[in-house]
Amino acid sequence: MVRSYHPETLEEALEIRSKTRCIPYAGGTDLMVRYRRGPGLVPGFDLPVMFIGQLPEITQIHEKNGEFSIGTCVPYSDIVRHRHSPEILRQACSLIGAPAIQNLGTMGGNICNASPAGDTLPVLAVLDASLTLQSVSGEREVSLLSFFKGPGKTLLRNDELLTCIHFRLPHFSAEGYRKIGTRKANALSKIAFAGFLLKEKGLLSDVRIALGAVAPTIVRSRELENRLIGQPVSDIAELMPDLLNSYAKLIQPITDQRSDANYRKTVSLRLIENFVLKEES
Amino acid sequence: MNETIQFELNGENVSIKTSPMRRLIDVLRDDFSATCVKEGCGEGECGACSIFLNGKLANSCLVAVGSIKGMSVETVAHFQTTPAYRVIEQAFSDAGSVQCGFCTPGMVLAAYALLKENVDPDETDIREAISGNLCRCTGYNMIVDGVKLAAKRGNGKW
Repeated sequence: MVRSYHPETLEEALEIRSKTRCIPYAGGTDLMVRYRRGPGLVPGFDLPVMFIGQLPEITQIHEKNGEFSIGTCVPYSDIVRHRHSPEILRQACSLIGAPAIQNLGTMGGNICNASPAGDTLPVLAVLDASLTLQSVSGEREVSLLSFFKGPGKTLLRNDELLTCIHFRLPHFSAEGYRKIGTRKANALSKIAFAGFLLKEKGLLSDVRIALGAVAPTIVRSRELENRLIGQPVSDIAELMPDLLNSYAKLIQPITDQRSDANYRKTVSLRLIENFVLKEES
Repeated sequence: MNETIQFELNGENVSIKTSPMRRLIDVLRDDFSATCVKEGCGEGECGACSIFLNGKLANSCLVAVGSIKGMSVETVAHFQTTPAYRVIEQAFSDAGSVQCGFCTPGMVLAAYALLKENVDPDETDIREAISGNLCRCTGYNMIVDGVKLAAKRGNGKW
């Protein structure tokens, strides 16, 4: 049976992290399912657990002039209720699990779990979010997209904690979020789509598109977005077939119990096309 | 490794020496005889094990007891003593919201979690609020009716 740690400050948590290999436990909604053994049995955690869900330093949302800093242990329901939350992030969080899950599950947990189907991840990707990783020896800032190395694999070292998520709300004329799941609640995503688009003076001046659950990590390509940026809105439809062909190469879904690869790819491309063309007209 | 964990259960301070990784649902049912907390799926999808944790709806099968040191837990057995419960109980009874009853403790708590934030919910609000609670008997419509009736009779006094 494993032991547990109950730090009262972030400093204490980082100290424990530097000395002991342990599993940080934020909301527990993923961990308790992963290690579950059945009714009446103690979940089979294989390492000591450190409870960080209540640490005051990492459970706050700060917003100033469109700059957001979200503590890693902020639950989804706080993001849904926060009056300045970006609508696109609010939508993603309100479609995760069901209300009781949203009260426990956290943004940092969604990121560190590094599931290809993490629902906040495509949204954070189009927000160009960055992450603060802290240890006793200091902190570093990494971009969300560089944080993921593969399913369940991240840059986070054993002595570090993800403490904060930062982003700046971009200027946009349209935003879109779509979650494709088997049912409306308590469904893991077959596909998650997030996009921003900015149209100014007849030109497409910014486009950001990200997809989740259709490749080992989030799909976002600035290179492909750049093919649209700066183009006259009236020319976009013509550019779409080539663009979608290029996206088709990046979208490499698997077939699993939730969906099949062909469906995921087809629908992903249609979501991109619909978002860009619908918002273009 | 056993640890002493203190928390508030239904308004009383309690303390238990146990593994911190034990599921709260097991602690409530086996150590505190709170059998109103049901086990359905055991993975946070059915809502039968719903409780209020610091006043917020939570699935007790997804909570390690070590994570709730100093926090408050309320089960439907305690909520039963409040006037709000009686409004929901009567409305559920009149609308036929209860058949086998297994999902009912969770449904009642989910309904109250909604009504205390939104005194006049529409049908979509209600369906979202109970979206984490599965019922295999009613087809949900009668539960939605029960919550609507409770909202009307509660008249904003939640």
